[in-house]
Amino acid sequence: MRTLNTDVIISAVKDMCISANLYLADDMKKKLEEAAIEEDSPLGKQILEQLMENLDIAAEDKIPICQDTGMAVFFVNVGQDLHIEGLKLTDAINEGVRQGYKEGYLRKSVVSDPLIRTNTGDNTPAIIHYDIVEGDKLEITIAPKGFGSENMSKVYMLKPSDGEEGVKASVLDAVKNAGPNACPPLVVGVGLGGDFELAAKMAKKALTREAGSHSKHEHIAKIEEELLKEINSTGIGPGGLGGKITALAVNIESHATHIAGMPLAVNMCCHVNRHLTRVL
Amino acid sequence: MNKHIKVPFSKDELANLEAGDYVYISGTIYSARDAAHKRMYDAINASEYKHEDGKVLFDKNILPLDLTNNVIYYLGPTPAREGQVIGSAGPTTSSRMDKYTPLLLEKGLRGMIGKGKRSKEVIDAIVENKAVYFAAVGGAGALLSKCIKKAEVIAYDDLGTEAIRKMEVEEFPAIVVADSKGNNLYDTAVDNYFKRIN
Repeated sequence: MRTLNTDVIISAVKDMCISANLYLADDMKKKLEEAAIEEDSPLGKQILEQLMENLDIAAEDKIPICQDTGMAVFFVNVGQDLHIEGLKLTDAINEGVRQGYKEGYLRKSVVSDPLIRTNTGDNTPAIIHYDIVEGDKLEITIAPKGFGSENMSKVYMLKPSDGEEGVKASVLDAVKNAGPNACPPLVVGVGLGGDFELAAKMAKKALTREAGSHSKHEHIAKIEEELLKEINSTGIGPGGLGGKITALAVNIESHATHIAGMPLAVNMCCHVNRHLTRVL
Repeated sequence: MNKHIKVPFSKDELANLEAGDYVYISGTIYSARDAAHKRMYDAINASEYKHEDGKVLFDKNILPLDLTNNVIYYLGPTPAREGQVIGSAGPTTSSRMDKYTPLLLEKGLRGMIGKGKRSKEVIDAIVENKAVYFAAVGGAGALLSKCIKKAEVIAYDDLGTEAIRKMEVEEFPAIVVADSKGNNLYDTAVDNYFKRIN
């Protein structure tokens, strides 16, 4: 059995927090570049060009791409043949976040209680989703999530009879409702099926999928493409100030569900869709 | 139309701003977001009193800044690295401040910089008090930080990123979304776009 010490995990998580907030992943960069070429509103084009300039400044001067450096959300795949020694895994990830947000000059945006609202001062606790998988590796994906877009997310408990049309109409409804608030151009993460909480979790996980990739299910991939087209016909545009490019990608994750239901979750993300994966 | 404006506002300058104008703001502005708004709002309400002529006044000294003709930027920056004035400094979503904004406008505030839609109450208060609402580009915090030449925490230090900062800005880019005549760019942006391309 392979052994992994949590010192390695802490150090990796620290670096990932900093990197994810300073350097946008290549898939997102490419999408923004394509969008700037395709956009036909002059103001929209200007905004997209500013966003690309912003990425250059962020990387060069080590200033976070966005001031909302997010809640640190993790998807962690734990190989069942891996032995972890040292701290508890969750404590190690939180320690990495603590160090990363401090040393990376990232914003501490977490309050300890939703009503009393005292800042914890180190951006912990992180939100961590674990999966047990084959093998002896630890795969960590970080997705620091800003709340301008998070606040515009929605869960719909659709009926089976709502069908594909119901799914599309609901996602469009969520995008229109988000309007300028979620900082378009968006990446729209969708979770379809499962139950109430799995739909929401899948919607978040969908955001970590490469922008431009498609669901492995053909009928779902088709909906992704059609939805992207429809969203980009709304005219909301960059910054919500009118234009062709309202979304850069629609990513749908789907799962088996109950005979009586069709849960649908829409997790909005702005163009600063940060995600980074490392295997230890 | 591109305009270069100075803040705090002079009356004439503000009256000339129209929804859709692309502006470059220079002068002094203040950062405040959720928690700082709640504190100012509560402080005003707690110190309000009725003057003998019937007007409702409040103790101006209770606030860390004089709101008169000033602009608030809805911002909670990242910490500055050594040698930097401020960290990443883009706008946060304005609608969370909607509850507090009409009162601040009534007490003299004339401009807000943020992003996203405002409530009807805020839009009405903007018209009533002859104020203006600007949007800055969301998610361009590194770029916008370069327009901030000085930043100093002047109040509510315990709120961390949510403290109130006094900031000197130069040519800070923003777009007039809601003007003093009741025009609202977010309401017309989509229509304008389709008209423009057809």
